[in-house]
Amino acid sequence: MITASGLDLTFETNDGPVQALRDVNLEIEKGDFVSFIGPSGCGKTTFLRTIAALETPTGGEITVNGMHPEEARKARAYGYVFQAAGLYPWRTIAGNIRLPLEIMGFSKAEQTRRVAEVLELVDLETFGRKFPWQLSGGMQQRASIARSLSFDADILLMDEPFGALDEIVRDHLNEELLKLWARTGKTIGFVTHSIPEAVYLSTKIVVMSPRPGRITDVIESPLPRERPLDIRDSPEFLEIAHRVREGLRAGHAYD
Amino acid sequence: MDGVAAMKWFLPVLSVVAAIVVFWYLACVPMNVKFAMMTAERQGVVVSPEGVQARRDMSAILLAVRNPVVWADTWTQDKPRLPAPHQVVAELWKTTAEVKPTSKRSLVFHAWVTLSATLAGFVIGAGAGIILAVGIVHSRAMDMSVMPWAIASQTIPILAIAPMIIVVLNSFGVQGLLPKAIISAYLSFFPVVVGMVKGLRSPGPMDLDQMRTWSATRAQTFWKLRLPASAPYLFASLKIGVASSLVGTIVAELPAGGGQGLGFRLLSGSYYGQTVQIWAALFATAILAAGLVAIISGIERGTLKRMGLA
Repeated sequence: MITASGLDLTFETNDGPVQALRDVNLEIEKGDFVSFIGPSGCGKTTFLRTIAALETPTGGEITVNGMHPEEARKARAYGYVFQAAGLYPWRTIAGNIRLPLEIMGFSKAEQTRRVAEVLELVDLETFGRKFPWQLSGGMQQRASIARSLSFDADILLMDEPFGALDEIVRDHLNEELLKLWARTGKTIGFVTHSIPEAVYLSTKIVVMSPRPGRITDVIESPLPRERPLDIRDSPEFLEIAHRVREGLRAGHAYD
Repeated sequence: MDGVAAMKWFLPVLSVVAAIVVFWYLACVPMNVKFAMMTAERQGVVVSPEGVQARRDMSAILLAVRNPVVWADTWTQDKPRLPAPHQVVAELWKTTAEVKPTSKRSLVFHAWVTLSATLAGFVIGAGAGIILAVGIVHSRAMDMSVMPWAIASQTIPILAIAPMIIVVLNSFGVQGLLPKAIISAYLSFFPVVVGMVKGLRSPGPMDLDQMRTWSATRAQTFWKLRLPASAPYLFASLKIGVASSLVGTIVAELPAGGGQGLGFRLLSGSYYGQTVQIWAALFATAILAAGLVAIISGIERGTLKRMGLA
């Protein structure tokens, strides 16, 4: 699905070059839920943006669905959910979800059908005609997820989508996201800096560390795909969380 | 409840207006006191000190305090330095309600002349401003080349450049509304350019990245993101722009001659020392400007409400 080998990315800044990614090798299979975790500056967001062709690597190879990321984008391979919901205040919720469909040139009838479909998927059926400011932060982020699902991309890339929300809302949305993943069978790339969130959601956890940004550990989760919230108290869960924490600490011991 | 709420702002507003009127009447006394004393002296009233020579270098405020007897007269002169509020109101009434609107003595006629040039200039200026802003946002070359000239254009005093534009256009046979509209446009395009550039650039990097993830074209990004995002900025600039437009037209009417327009009324009033006429024309201008800004505010409220932004 997504393959990166020997991926390097160096930003030219005023203070000289900054190596954001060094020798990143990763395989993401279809249907995986992959979390990228690490302290700020570890390149987790940069890697996600590279998959989305928002950044151009300076070395190495990356393919998405066997294509160059730029081509993959044109083929609508992925939907991208940003840290902020980024809904247009002058459009209703339905209007916001319709936006990418308008841009991609879907017919009016198809737009309406798909908007209704994804609104139902994120439990916002009755909120289509509301404006963004009339919704809570969590609901806005759900609308943003619906928008990224509307054009049926196989891959969902999420950059700390719940980072700005409080923990109770976050737990709820994590649960919802797992259900959504089970229903749609999407491949999900998820950036976070919360260990419980990464362990709870993922089939694969990629631990990264900074300066230069690189992968220090890749953990295949033994947890079952069906996960109630209280799985977070199980010994398996705690064991994985421990391993992630160790990985993060090892990365930090560097400096 | 509504009545109580209305009273809450009505009373303060009324107090401020009352304070301004009281201040205005008080200011009339020292402003007009010397002439009033001269007239009174001729009619045999005893004033202090006596004789124009003796009073020449004395402070007007001191004279006003020493001669309450002439106060009433300072508010009723034919050609006062500062006309009293009721004189201006009477002049406004006389030149609007008591003459036909098509008469050259009617302020409605002159206001219409000024308004038509202002609106033509505003449409040209705002249109040019929006087009320039779109160019500046989309082309780095235009950003670097147009913006400095736009700023430079506003540092030239309009009073200096207006007669030149009038004369040059006149030599090509262009007269009447168009030269005034061009000067009016010259003043109004600038706030529109600045506001519109700011508005079109208001979408953040995340908004633009999001558009990229959908492979949106530049045109789609413009129509669906930049343009609607710029609406609040555009309206703010249009309000400044329309007021500048009016100023431009008035300034253009000073050298344009032709005997029409509020600017001409100001000029002819000052030729003949008709201060009351000047003030009436000033008030007509202010009312016109307030009306234009109010219309744009109304359109703004309606548009932003429909867009869900207000």
